[in-house]
Amino acid sequence: MPYKLTVNGQPQTVDVPPDTPLLWVIRDVLGLHGTKYGCGMALCGCCTVHINGEATRSCTTHITQAAGKHVTTLEGLSADGTHPVQIAWTEIDVPQCGYCQAGQMMSASALLAKTPHPTDADIDAAMDGNICRCGTYLRIRKAIHKAAEIAAKQTKESATAAHG
Amino acid sequence: VETTLVSRRSFLRASAIAGGGMLLAYYVEPLKEVLAAQFGPPVTLLPASFITIAPNGAITIIAKNPEIGQGVKVMLPMLIAEELDADWSAVKIEQADLDPAKYGSQIAGGSTATPSNWVPMRQLGAQCRQMLIAAAADNWSVPASECTTSPSRVHHAASKRSASYGELSTKAASMPVPDAKTIAMKDPKDYRIIGKSAANPDIHKIVTGKPVFGIDHTMPGMLYANFEKCPVFGGKVASANLDEVKAQPGIKFAFVVPPGPDPAALAGGVAIVAEYWHQARHARDNVLKVEWDNGPTAKQSSELYATTADDLAKKDPGQTLRKDGDVDAAFASAEKVVEAAYSYPFLSHVPLEPQNCSAYFHDGKLELWAPSQIPAGGVSQSAAALGIQQKDITLHLTRIGGGFGRRLTNDYVVEAAYIAKQVGVPIKLLWTREQDMAHDFYRPAGFHYLKGAVDSSGKLSAWRNHFVSFGENGRFAQSAGLSGDEFPARFIPNFSQLCSMMPSGVPMGAMRAPGSNAIAFVMQSFIDELAHAAGKDPLQFRLDLLASTPQPLAPPPPGTPIAFAPVPYDAARATAVLKSVGERSGWGKTKLPKDTAMGIAFHFSHRGYFAEVAEVRVTGGKQLKVNKVWVVGDIGSVGAINPTAAENISQGAVIEGMSHVMGYEITIDAGRAVQSNFHDYPPLRLTQAPREIDVYFVKSDNPPTGLGEPALPPMIPAVTNAIFAVTGERIRSLPLASQGYSWA
Repeated sequence: MPYKLTVNGQPQTVDVPPDTPLLWVIRDVLGLHGTKYGCGMALCGCCTVHINGEATRSCTTHITQAAGKHVTTLEGLSADGTHPVQIAWTEIDVPQCGYCQAGQMMSASALLAKTPHPTDADIDAAMDGNICRCGTYLRIRKAIHKAAEIAAKQTKESATAAHG
Repeated sequence: VETTLVSRRSFLRASAIAGGGMLLAYYVEPLKEVLAAQFGPPVTLLPASFITIAPNGAITIIAKNPEIGQGVKVMLPMLIAEELDADWSAVKIEQADLDPAKYGSQIAGGSTATPSNWVPMRQLGAQCRQMLIAAAADNWSVPASECTTSPSRVHHAASKRSASYGELSTKAASMPVPDAKTIAMKDPKDYRIIGKSAANPDIHKIVTGKPVFGIDHTMPGMLYANFEKCPVFGGKVASANLDEVKAQPGIKFAFVVPPGPDPAALAGGVAIVAEYWHQARHARDNVLKVEWDNGPTAKQSSELYATTADDLAKKDPGQTLRKDGDVDAAFASAEKVVEAAYSYPFLSHVPLEPQNCSAYFHDGKLELWAPSQIPAGGVSQSAAALGIQQKDITLHLTRIGGGFGRRLTNDYVVEAAYIAKQVGVPIKLLWTREQDMAHDFYRPAGFHYLKGAVDSSGKLSAWRNHFVSFGENGRFAQSAGLSGDEFPARFIPNFSQLCSMMPSGVPMGAMRAPGSNAIAFVMQSFIDELAHAAGKDPLQFRLDLLASTPQPLAPPPPGTPIAFAPVPYDAARATAVLKSVGERSGWGKTKLPKDTAMGIAFHFSHRGYFAEVAEVRVTGGKQLKVNKVWVVGDIGSVGAINPTAAENISQGAVIEGMSHVMGYEITIDAGRAVQSNFHDYPPLRLTQAPREIDVYFVKSDNPPTGLGEPALPPMIPAVTNAIFAVTGERIRSLPLASQGYSWA
């Protein structure tokens, strides 16, 4: 049956069985390939997206649970790589193979949206569900702190612009 | 428990390149064929195949090898650009398709990209630079020898003329290609690109979610496939309820695939092809019922291997790999003798991108989009399984979501090719994670029965290792070998390296630092035991060992290709990295709390020398925290070609080593892998990773060599030696999770 949801700001209607995981709706039905499949059991975090702003594993989220909601994928952070997390990931040169990084960046951006200046303990709590098989964890932590700085600077600049 | 082991020869034949030179020497006969098939005949590389310069000055450089996260897609073009004297900011990198006649070998494995391409890639750049100079010299009627270059420009100082590479490019293309062998290359002190961090050419695509990986490939009209194989290794389909599967929504095809001519390349199974992948998976999980013909491996288990190994260890060894001096006499006169049995389990590679391949067969021709570390093997094996000519296969290289050696075998490529031929429409085959863990070419388990002695002066005087591994007819299973010359061989006067073999139906293969990833744990742990028996500092004991005059190297088996002949162990290089890691870590000088200690280890593999120190805190007896790790490597004269990637991959090697230490173990029961996903086969997580990993490269007067593998092996014994230093408990088998340990 058809389900309506909003993906990266675009209203979508998809006609799939109710137990179809959101991951496969995103990848195979909507053709957005940034979100990855790694385990299918919410163990690795490759498939992390935001549902109404919450970092969620899309591989174990049925379409019924996403219907009527706002879904953001990596493509939705920005198409041109200008989201603070995307800038930080580029500057710190985080990836090795890069496969897990979509999920890492979605967990990180959900964290920063709620906690603009995360401590290492905040990062531990938010990122422990995301496996990086290549082991880029030191750079992931560094990039999250960097993204927080970039976001703070952007906020300050836009505030200055608004008042200036 | 069954007490006999049956053989399955097909899995024992090498189908992949194992790794470093010393290990490879053991596979000379099959390897010759493998090398011929995969490297192809030697080809003359032409600058025009790799370098395009547009009139506007834009330079495109081809990256020929598969990118698995090791950074080769930027590293090889850096070598070309350096000697081309290119303006790096104007360089665009493009991934090559498979074309060995044009590009030579295209392989990601064995840390071979740097040693085998260091000279030829730079020669290509230098040749192209000479052609640009020749074009300018001809235009200006001046001798080429008077011309110089600056980034992307040719200059003639005397006449104060200069021209950009873009202006010269059309004419340069018609200039004769200079002889690669005599071409002059830069003095390394003039390097502008080599040794400077360069960006990942795919970074923008990765951070914006553009399709770059094999799993992302799509084609119009494409269907999605899953392939279910017998959970028991080597089993076949007896029957399957295909009609019920076909009745499921979205299912377009379901059929039985018989085993191919080489069952290691194409095992039998059931193919399900659907409109969407989830439909194929759903049918496989919920509807498909298969009667399997399990075959003889169903009687095998990890428990059987362990008891068989213990039995074999009590008997005379099947082979002597190396023998020096008089071991028995040395034990009899020793001050202290230590005996210990070490073991390690099978491991699965678990690259995060599950196995996949896209394929389209039409008009007698096959097109493949394959995340493969040896794509040429995918072509030759697909041709054999489909009964078509290799020339009728085109293979596109995709970015690869992790290799670690898993994608040295092309089983998933051959499966995709076979399914595509059956259905005649474009398909993407994708395995589930569970299928990936159930059908790997596993890092072999192994068993070492060791006896060592120290003399009254505290020196290591005798060593006996009876290695029980997998193999048949005197030949080790893939990546299950041990060189007689493996360190500490040659540095102990009374020494014997012995082995016995048992057959196994478990498919085995190379995993990052094959052989070394297990051997370093055994050798460096037992050396540590002997250091403590001698009452010596573990670092000093190792330095003393390296300071002894080595026994001669055993000659390589006849017929060993020169490129894969054993590389003599250079004690001076090993000593230098050990001393450096000692200094950087403050070994022996840092005051640590009672629950914290450092462990040290070093290892030589894949032509690289690495020493590592791990500072480990142990609380509650069994809770571990690795606070900090120091890595010092010697990979030749330039240190890191691309420092940002080199640091990243070295830190990744440390993290992967920690996964080996704690969580990785594939148990075989009833001929199948017990573990199935990341809940029971856990890679290290962010919270468990050390906060600091210090990476440093010692430069030595040696040609640059690879980094993908050699940083991993010492990490494992560095951690377990640190645990001993805190608790006094010697770790003699892996992983630690099965011995009550956990990360704090």
